Amino acid sequence: MTWVNVLLQGVLLGGFYALLACGLSLMFGVMRIINLAHGDIAVVGAYLVWFLVNQTSMSPLLAALIVLPVMWIAGYAIYILLLERSRREGVLVPLLTTFGLAIVIENVLLQVFSPDVHSLGSNTGGLTTASVTFAGGLTISALGTVTFVTAVIVLAGLQLYLSRTNSGREMRATAQDPDAAQLVGINARAVYARATAIAVAVAALGGIFLAIRSTFDPSTGPTQLIFAFEAVVIGGFGSPWGTLLGGVVLGVAQVLGEQINPQYAILFGHLVFLAVLSSPRGGILARRSGEA
Amino acid sequence: MSLLEVRSVDANHGLLKAVRGVSITIDDGETRALIGANGAGKTTLLRVIAGAHRPAAGSVVFDGTDITGVPAHQRVTLGIALVPEGRRLFPGLTVEENLRVAGAHRRGGPWTVDRVLDVFPILRARRKYRAATLSGGEQQATAIGRALMCNPRLILLDEVSLGLAPRAVAGVYESLRTLIGSGTTVVLVEQDLSRALSIASRVTCLLHGEVVLEGAAAQLTREQVTAAYFGTRRTAAGATS
Repeated sequence: MTWVNVLLQGVLLGGFYALLACGLSLMFGVMRIINLAHGDIAVVGAYLVWFLVNQTSMSPLLAALIVLPVMWIAGYAIYILLLERSRREGVLVPLLTTFGLAIVIENVLLQVFSPDVHSLGSNTGGLTTASVTFAGGLTISALGTVTFVTAVIVLAGLQLYLSRTNSGREMRATAQDPDAAQLVGINARAVYARATAIAVAVAALGGIFLAIRSTFDPSTGPTQLIFAFEAVVIGGFGSPWGTLLGGVVLGVAQVLGEQINPQYAILFGHLVFLAVLSSPRGGILARRSGEA
Repeated sequence: MSLLEVRSVDANHGLLKAVRGVSITIDDGETRALIGANGAGKTTLLRVIAGAHRPAAGSVVFDGTDITGVPAHQRVTLGIALVPEGRRLFPGLTVEENLRVAGAHRRGGPWTVDRVLDVFPILRARRKYRAATLSGGEQQATAIGRALMCNPRLILLDEVSLGLAPRAVAGVYESLRTLIGSGTTVVLVEQDLSRALSIASRVTCLLHGEVVLEGAAAQLTREQVTAAYFGTRRTAAGATS
């Protein structure tokens, strides 16, 4: 029964990783940009919610509803002010730009909020600690469930958006052939900005869940980036369901490692990532690049 | 009246001057064939007209408005559609999605997915298939259909017969005749001289990026065209621009 429990906890944790990874996957799938500031952007979302909650004692949910649209707009700004210019200079420049952005974000957070460690866990009441224990020792935490369900809703929404809506079709078309996309009337710049906005807002959502389940400080971002990156690579770039699967595999591996020895949690995740990376297909649902 | 005016356009690929001082005027409803050897600048010229290539000098005037600075995606809304060389479909999208994605930003007009499928009946059975899985002729039909979905006043066709089986070429050209019959202005690049001369009302021949011959298709002799095409009697061919 322990192993069933391990599997269950791993799946729930995987939902959190999928949420973190989703925006990273989208930006790579549509623009071929690996956003090294992704983890830090998630942490910015966490800080903004924490700040609102502490300054105004509003509920974290309400704070999140304010912060997410703000991050959405910030995503547009990041594309138009930073990424668009750097994209013109080739593939490596955007990578360096996002690396620079990551450093700037971390230091601004340090300057503004000090290196103190914070958490939203104490602000979310029962959600943080509540759980249901079934006969046989299976435990499902409320937070894990809410995170997982949120991840599934976000990824299913993204999948539906990409496959069913005009705007989503344009995003896929632009990902596959930006030049031809412009020739059928698609404003590629607007599509890229929109993809960045979605990615940044979803990253912030992931950051908020991070803040509830754990603690954060200005240097938390890079670790989250690594987990997100691993989830994306395991699942295969550019497919929402692949990202969910990648997150789940990473989560299960970590919980499994933890079961054997608490020190092994992160290590097991890395090992699975390396195993997938060195496998011939490189990604469980890896598809041909370009099929966002 | 003229629908499109290309005025002394220069276009470069890096240091290579692909188009040099080309001026072309195309009337509303006309079918113009652009001919010339490989590397003559035909594709570049089409891309300049469509807005996909920024000219180094000169201007493009469409329906009386200077559109030289208008980006490609906005020219689609004005009514210019390019069927690019090599078809350039979105491989992961289905035939229907390829058509719909082009229909989203078009100007108003008669073309719908159903009407495109009427003109290209071979696509009807394929509408739910991904573009990458189609045959060359089906892909070309989809590419033309995709351009039609923009409801163009001017459609630019770049080597639509390239790489197709003869039967598929015949099918594509039959559909083109329907299109021309409906009054759409067409500029087509074609390697096959006799096809180009048979479908076009006027012919422009490019050589090394310059216009070396232009005239009504019916009045040009094959010798004149061949000479201009290969540049064997360049001055004698009577360059007009």
